[in-house]
Amino acid sequence: MTPHLQELWIYLSTTPLLWLTLTMVVFQGAEALFRRSGSHPLCNPVLLTVSTLSALLLVSGTEYKTYFGGAQFLQFLLGPATVSLAVPLYRQFEVIRKSLVAIVTSLLVGSLTAIGTAVGIAWACGAEPRIVLSMAPKSVTSPIAMGISEQIGGIPSLTAVMVILTGIVGAAFGGWVLDRLKVTDEMARGLAWGVAAHGIGTARAMHSSAVSGAFAGLAMGLNGLATALLLPALVGLVK
Amino acid sequence: MLAYITLLLGCQLVGEVLVRLSGLPIPGPVVGMVILFIGLVVRGRVPVEMEKVTGGLLRYLSLLFVPAGVGVVVHLKLLSESLLPIAGAITVGTLITIAVTGLVMQRMNRKGQAE
Repeated sequence: MTPHLQELWIYLSTTPLLWLTLTMVVFQGAEALFRRSGSHPLCNPVLLTVSTLSALLLVSGTEYKTYFGGAQFLQFLLGPATVSLAVPLYRQFEVIRKSLVAIVTSLLVGSLTAIGTAVGIAWACGAEPRIVLSMAPKSVTSPIAMGISEQIGGIPSLTAVMVILTGIVGAAFGGWVLDRLKVTDEMARGLAWGVAAHGIGTARAMHSSAVSGAFAGLAMGLNGLATALLLPALVGLVK
Repeated sequence: MLAYITLLLGCQLVGEVLVRLSGLPIPGPVVGMVILFIGLVVRGRVPVEMEKVTGGLLRYLSLLFVPAGVGVVVHLKLLSESLLPIAGAITVGTLITIAVTGLVMQRMNRKGQAE
């Protein structure tokens, strides 16, 4: 690099502007590609954006801390976005009230399945206990999942990554699974996305219909609560 | 518009305060969502301007998870050491959960409607 370029890089790499802008540019490119591919699962925008940016960080030798200095402004918006979920919830209030028993039952079954499969598969494949515990709350929205992970002896920052990867898998391939099993009911599809794949699943469900989006948002919140109450108790029983 | 952005932040803030005071194991924004929901039920409708703000945020919900997702670079060593259990639990576990939840809900919903 010429001295000028080097100076420029030093300047850019220390301002939040560069990585914030890159995140938004890459995401919009990924969304365009997703649309053009006819919503192909492997072109899921979060999947493409996270892998592209991770590669850029590794290639440029940039630390995650530096990246996060810029990207944290987007993460901050998760708070108000979560509050916003009250609107689709309100719009579907009547429908939700009518199927309350079905919602609570499927939610509990789904919540236990999420914990059971995460722990069971990781343990059967020989993961060490610390990793198994970090995986246990992987289907729950990240702030709750990190709190639970800490409480039961996992690694919170690893849990955060597991949560996002889970969301990406659920959003990308969940629709395919539901189609295969002939789950056509929009409420059931939304609930499944919200329980198994939290906010990223909810974003995917909203893309599909208003009803499934509202049910996903509801399921995400309730599953967070259910897991926060159930998981520490279950771990206590086993220990 | 500004009023509704402020309202969303206010609901979150009250949510955070309530969580801190009560020690409940749920995040502030989820409590904020419940507060806004109650507000909407009392008000009886969603104001148009509010719809614009919340709709805009929710339209790009998945973008907001990208910063945490890129955190994967910090754990590459751990991930490669336990690749099989982690990949297995995330893919197979998540898809089984989607399948089970979707099937149970659809079956119960149909039964409920038939009665």
